[in-house]
Amino acid sequence: MTPWYTEGEPLRDATTPAVPIEDRWDARRFETKLVNPANRRRLSVIIVGTGLAGASAAATLGEGGYHVKSFCYQDSPRRAHSIAAQGGINAAKNYRNDGDSVRRLFYDTIKGGDFRSRESNVYRLAQVSTAIIDQCVAQGVPFAREYGGLLDNRSFGGVQVSRTFYARGQTGEQLLLGAYQAQERQVAAGTVEVFTRHEMLDLIVIDGKARGIIVRDMVTGEVETHLADAVVLASGGYGNAFYLSTNAMGCNATAIWRAHRHGALFANPCFTQIHPTCIPVSGDYQSKLTLMSESLRNDGRIWVPSEGGDDRDPREIPDTDRDYFLERLYPAYGNLVTRDVASRAVKNVCDAGYGVGPGSRGVYLDLADAINRLGQAAIKEKYGNLFDMYQRITGEDPYQVPMRIYPAVHYTMGGLWVDYDLQSTVPGLFVIGEANFSDHGANRLGASALMQGLADGYFVLPNTIANYLATNPMPADIDASHPVAVRTADAVQARIQKLLTIKGQRTVDSFHKELGNILWEKCGMERTAEGLTEAIGQVRKLKEEFWNNVKVTGENEELNQTLERAGRVADFFELAELMCIDALHRAESCGGHFRTESQTEDGEALRNDDEFAYVAAWSFTGGGEQPVLRKEHLEFDFVEMTQRSYK
Amino acid sequence: MNITLRIWRQQNGSDAGAMVTYRIEDVAPEMSFLEMLDVLNEQLTLSGDDPVAFDSDCREGICGTCSLVIDGIAHGPEALTAVCQLHMRHFDDGAVIDVEPWRADPFPIVKDLIVDRSALDRIIQAGGYITAPTGTAPDAHATLVPKDAADRAFDAAVCIGCGACIAACPNGSAMLFTGAKATHLGSLPQGQPERNSRALAMINQHDAEGFGGCTEIGECTAVCPVGIPLNMISQLNSDVLSALAPGRTRRPQTG
Ligand SMILES: Cc1cc2nc3c(=O)[nH]c(=O)nc-3n(C[C@H](O)[C@H](O)[C@H](O)COP(=O)(O)OP(=O)(O)OC[C@H]3O[C@@H](n4cnc5c(N)ncnc54)[C@H](O)[C@@H]3O)c2cc1C
Repeated sequence: MTPWYTEGEPLRDATTPAVPIEDRWDARRFETKLVNPANRRRLSVIIVGTGLAGASAAATLGEGGYHVKSFCYQDSPRRAHSIAAQGGINAAKNYRNDGDSVRRLFYDTIKGGDFRSRESNVYRLAQVSTAIIDQCVAQGVPFAREYGGLLDNRSFGGVQVSRTFYARGQTGEQLLLGAYQAQERQVAAGTVEVFTRHEMLDLIVIDGKARGIIVRDMVTGEVETHLADAVVLASGGYGNAFYLSTNAMGCNATAIWRAHRHGALFANPCFTQIHPTCIPVSGDYQSKLTLMSESLRNDGRIWVPSEGGDDRDPREIPDTDRDYFLERLYPAYGNLVTRDVASRAVKNVCDAGYGVGPGSRGVYLDLADAINRLGQAAIKEKYGNLFDMYQRITGEDPYQVPMRIYPAVHYTMGGLWVDYDLQSTVPGLFVIGEANFSDHGANRLGASALMQGLADGYFVLPNTIANYLATNPMPADIDASHPVAVRTADAVQARIQKLLTIKGQRTVDSFHKELGNILWEKCGMERTAEGLTEAIGQVRKLKEEFWNNVKVTGENEELNQTLERAGRVADFFELAELMCIDALHRAESCGGHFRTESQTEDGEALRNDDEFAYVAAWSFTGGGEQPVLRKEHLEFDFVEMTQRSYK
Repeated sequence: MNITLRIWRQQNGSDAGAMVTYRIEDVAPEMSFLEMLDVLNEQLTLSGDDPVAFDSDCREGICGTCSLVIDGIAHGPEALTAVCQLHMRHFDDGAVIDVEPWRADPFPIVKDLIVDRSALDRIIQAGGYITAPTGTAPDAHATLVPKDAADRAFDAAVCIGCGACIAACPNGSAMLFTGAKATHLGSLPQGQPERNSRALAMINQHDAEGFGGCTEIGECTAVCPVGIPLNMISQLNSDVLSALAPGRTRRPQTG
């Protein structure tokens, strides 16, 4: 037994029907108990999060007649981080007649995830993908169109068909506004209540079932208890554990981490995605990193000078002195290899001394060929807002000079473990969107997160949660004075007071930056047993210092952004430790998880299916105690497990 | 660079508030304006002072959370730029910069530079949607949408709901925001059935929230970080007029 964890009973998803994969979703919906429309009004659902997953679920459950309470930390539900998604959303419409199908989208997603996701869930995702596009068009989402009035498509990293629907470089914004407007319609109809600037700080579990949440009103500081028949977490990903990421400043893991502490298993925490095309860091004041959509790789070519340290103006470096390293290494996919593969290749050329720009941490993403071929106007039409954004941030004009890019933390495939019903191991607690682990295995394909968020929220959860609600309404005698609710609220208050009374010497951000740096160096693009072991020690030490030396100014009873951040960082410490333990235990490389010890002769990720074809679901056993590993073994009945190759 | 900031500080909604002066040194030109405020806040925290409260989230100019008036201009001096994308290279060494919150009656100040913009959500609730319950949609290709209609809808739909247009308008009007939503949905075939009733319901809510009328000054579009054009207000007006025209078969629904 290792010193870091113990192993518990294997875990099984008991909700997938035992029928052929094409029929499972139908079968599950048929098995599902329905709730009589007249009874729905009396059933309430808490949804934490108003991103694509949360807003689409709130709108749909509201339309269904349930009473929904929706929470977000921003001042408006429309500002959830989904708004920032740029490139597009996949769907197996086969509008291009290029050989796409539900089966191919399923296959691409399983393969892209490096065979670490559950077949049933992924197949269903591909099945419902087509209805998402229909739904969004009906709501008025202004997807890109061709002159004939039909929807346009483009291709995205890691696949060979064009199945990505997009709205210029603002796809996430447009999809989210569609879901937000549908949710607001329900607010007017009285089925959905929205609580903005309310942060979930704990989960209430009564008699083994999720029955509510404790939130802090971020304006008044009041700690409130909200109860419901079921709780849905749609709180997004935990990429901000790394401090610098493409996520919004407020993105956090608190909702899922608090649920984890109450018994929800956390699956594959080390599966994080590093996106190859982000604007490089410019200084230590840097507060976040900005993504340049992967769609640019359709028309852009990635290169470095063939000679390390060649500091000529990139435009003066002739083709013969350039190394288009992705095209050289992966002739079949070229610049369109999956994100994990592209990111590592970029890191490798920079490590080898070929990088460009400040600190030589950058490579060129060059659209000059495409501009010559298609004209500046066509490029502007496709990518105008991205080019403008690049120029605003760097002060350089990408129509003239190639962009510089470097990988950055972008997405987290790990998350709370859920079954086919999207229910966690705490009955009554459902998890949707990026917050769950379900569909992307060890690596997510571009344009598939938006698809998953909306699949979960519009089409999956509203069906599966009904099954739970039909048989598990909240007992009538439970209210906010229930001892468990009171105890949970008291614990939240005590934690807030603790943070406010440490009155140490270091700021919250200084701790967060240091934590992020540990993760980036040791649990980032390349991981080793030695580095991870060190990282665990460092995280523990830093966490201890945090609880003795952090300086949180002000009071609870006011708008206090330092206090908000302190609570989030405190949870990131605990999660970071689990991420490192998970990465250490998984002594194979797969997808975004690259263990130096496990690579092929030519440096590609080497999976070990005999030992690691499972989901690692971790159980929390108490602060300071070792987590317990529970394995859900993955069976691949419909896709043959092969070593991924993009050569 | 060395910068002097004069920042609006206000403890809460009932406090009077005042401008307070801060000096900040070693500002790098590559920093964003908000990163400069982060640095200031680190310094204030370490010296035991209350950091300046300001809103921001994506810091990519798309979520619409950030909301600062800089030297009297909503989102600051750079055109087509939300303040989170404004970089210090646009300021001179030694500059004295005033930083204030959005100011409009329907946007009460919460603390320092943070205001309450929930009035905008209520305008959307009143009618800023297409009624399309989940699961009822026909195939996405069932209705062709001419490219120019789709493009016009898109140009309106990019509104990030930040409220700069209102902060800039001498009348405190939210007509550009409301016009953008009317134009987005009203340009698409899917949005036709509710087109006029939507416009009317939104404008009624707009007025009920206390936003002022439009006198076509154009300050709104000048500060808009995504360049929503003034003519979207004309579309709103025309839809409202159609809704009010006597003898219409489709009864406008309000409230
Ligand atoms: C820059 C960028 C570009 C991207 N581009 C694409 C793309 O082109 N295609 C694609 O498919 N995917 C893309 N992604 C990924 C995708 O955007 C996200 O995975 C997805 O939008 C997540 O949606 P969500 O609904 O799960 O969560 P989010 O949209 O992150 O929403 C989280 C919600 O939870 C709330 N919340 C969180 N914690 C709490 C708490 N403690 N209390 C109360 N509320 C809380 C927040 O207020 C928010 O409302 C991109 C991601 C980034 C960062």
